[in-house]
Amino acid sequence: MNVALFVPCYIDQFFPDVAISTLELLESQGVSVSFPEFQTCCGQPMANTGCNADAAPVARKFVEMFSGFDAVVCPSGSCTSMIRNHYQEYFAADDERFNQLRDSTFELCEFLVDRLGIRKIEGSFPHRVSIHSSCHGLRELRLGPSSEQMVPRENKLRILLESLEGVEIESIRRQDECCGFGGTFAVTERETSVAMGVDRVQDHVESGSEVMIGGDMSCLMHMQGLISRREMPMRVMHIAEVLAGRPLPSSPAVSAR
Amino acid sequence: MSIALPIVDHPQAAKDFVNNVPRSHWHDDSLWFVRSKRDRQAQSLPEWEYLRETASAIKRHTIANLADYLQEFEANATRMGAVVHWAADAAEHNEIVLGLLRRNETHRIIKSKSMLTEECGLNEYLIENGIDVVDTDLGERIVQLRGETPSHIVLPAIHIKKEEVGETFHQHLGTRKGEADPQVLTEAARGHLRGKFLDGEVGITGVNFAIAETGGIVVCTNEGNADLGVSLPRIHIACMGIEKLLPRFENLAVFTRLLARSATGQPITSYTSHFHGPRDADSELHIVLVDNGRTRIRDSDTFRDSLNCIRCGACMNTCPVYRRSGGHSYRATVPGPIGSVLGPSKDMKAHKSLPYACSLCGSCTDVCPVKIPLHHQLLAWRKVLVGQRLLAWNKRVGMKAASWLFRHPRVFAAAGYSARMALRYLPKSLTHNRLNEWAIDRDLPDPPKQSFRAWYAQNRKNTQAEQSE
Ligand code: SF4
Repeated sequence: MNVALFVPCYIDQFFPDVAISTLELLESQGVSVSFPEFQTCCGQPMANTGCNADAAPVARKFVEMFSGFDAVVCPSGSCTSMIRNHYQEYFAADDERFNQLRDSTFELCEFLVDRLGIRKIEGSFPHRVSIHSSCHGLRELRLGPSSEQMVPRENKLRILLESLEGVEIESIRRQDECCGFGGTFAVTERETSVAMGVDRVQDHVESGSEVMIGGDMSCLMHMQGLISRREMPMRVMHIAEVLAGRPLPSSPAVSAR
Repeated sequence: MSIALPIVDHPQAAKDFVNNVPRSHWHDDSLWFVRSKRDRQAQSLPEWEYLRETASAIKRHTIANLADYLQEFEANATRMGAVVHWAADAAEHNEIVLGLLRRNETHRIIKSKSMLTEECGLNEYLIENGIDVVDTDLGERIVQLRGETPSHIVLPAIHIKKEEVGETFHQHLGTRKGEADPQVLTEAARGHLRGKFLDGEVGITGVNFAIAETGGIVVCTNEGNADLGVSLPRIHIACMGIEKLLPRFENLAVFTRLLARSATGQPITSYTSHFHGPRDADSELHIVLVDNGRTRIRDSDTFRDSLNCIRCGACMNTCPVYRRSGGHSYRATVPGPIGSVLGPSKDMKAHKSLPYACSLCGSCTDVCPVKIPLHHQLLAWRKVLVGQRLLAWNKRVGMKAASWLFRHPRVFAAAGYSARMALRYLPKSLTHNRLNEWAIDRDLPDPPKQSFRAWYAQNRKNTQAEQSE
């Protein structure tokens, strides 16, 4: 299978190790991965602001760049959802190339569990951890059960995480409340966004977890920023890093420079 | 209404509430408690999702055939002796109600909870016209005594602590200073309201459901105040939005099962009262059907489903923004997710910040008993607002610039490189200044030496993708 790796813009620039881990993880499962080098962003920041005219050319460029692969895999639920659930307005309903791309674009855990049928990752992570379920992965991609809906679903991130040796998953009180990142929301509604984020982190701290693990680095970046500023006893890791065997970071990774 | 409403700046309006951390937490916890009760009720019904699906289908069907069902309702209600009035907007609604009161030389009315009359500003209008208006729902009475407006559509006084209620009752009802026992305060309100009920000359209620097939209306309350309020006076005026209709009586079962569970986590409201025509030959029942912008929403393919709303308030209870910023920060009769959808359709400019008062988490969409795709509607509003040039120019320009950047990968790589280097080498006082909204409360990520694309070029390919590094 010939898979294209889609690395969201902020991961490319600020969290390269998340992308490297994703690449290594996929390769370790026998997948041949290429990285289309002129990729940038899916256009979600514009679309979520309502600037669809600005998102449209970015979307078209994206489809150009990524069509022709057996699958496109992305270590972000939010960016995957942009393509699966929000791109259709930029393309004709019978646009073959787009339809094929939409149906073959996957979030990382979803790809491993649903497409490759993997339920066990070799490795160990002997730590007390907690899961941050990012909203778009949960409620737009349905990567797990959401607390509002009475629909049983498997949590794909959890299946993979649980399969590591030694890992102990703590439960938090509000299993899927939003962390308040929300893209430009984090800036335009700063006070509310920060209040939401601090509450989320606190919930994870009180669970006894050493590290919160999620599938969307954007949410984790927001919470990491809060953790670091307030010196809260918590760390964040992307699921790709954990599954690729990265160790627990020794201290919260944001510098207090 | 043609008067321009003041422009709501949600972040600004939310500031004081959010920044009062203990209060914001208290508010958040109170509403989360209600949301949790709702979850337990929903979990107890294996057919929960089926009910939501069915309710949504019934509402859509009704809205699609609204004119027919309204006529059927009017014919059946009239047949049973009710008088049906039609109001195109809030002003007309208020005039109809005042006209009825004048005709009967009424000076005192008692009201049970009605979001529609709030929407129309009926209380203020009647008071200006010399009518004594008493809200008989406990929460609404508290809010009314304090000269405030409801901050939630089901729990109007959810933003007020019991100690503050004690203070208000001490001032207005003469309870002991410092009294904060809910039992005692409720007793005091009950005694106070009892007198008002006896004095009331006309009773006004809202309507939860109206049934086309029977011409009956249904009012759901927990306090029984609607029943008392219309049992004593000779005249009952029921005010409803035209979207409150259901085709058949049997449809009601679906909605009574969903409403109270979604709203407060009760299996059913304490009182579900049915009114079929006036009480007796001496009494009158007037039903005022109000459009006030609903037809316009119905015309929109994008926003039509927002007319499904049964005003249960579940989207408020679940909304992480609402819970922390408080209902008043929306400056709208209906706050929270559904309010942010309805507000702009009333006045786009005045409510332009509301669709952005949302992190797009989607919890509201999943909780809504009639399956309104609330967060997608909020997103759709953003698009409309940008199309109408109602987004601040700096944000528009910013998005244009980003769009350009994302279409030019080499420039993107170089820009990313400069940004990371700036973050690495400039002092924090410069990169984390007050102009950087992100960094006022949050640290920026530690910038890595190399982007992924640069790493990839070095480690997996022999070409140099990012020459600048
Ligand atoms: S939009 Fe849905 S959840 Fe919100 S008040 Fe209306 S019916 Fe309830």
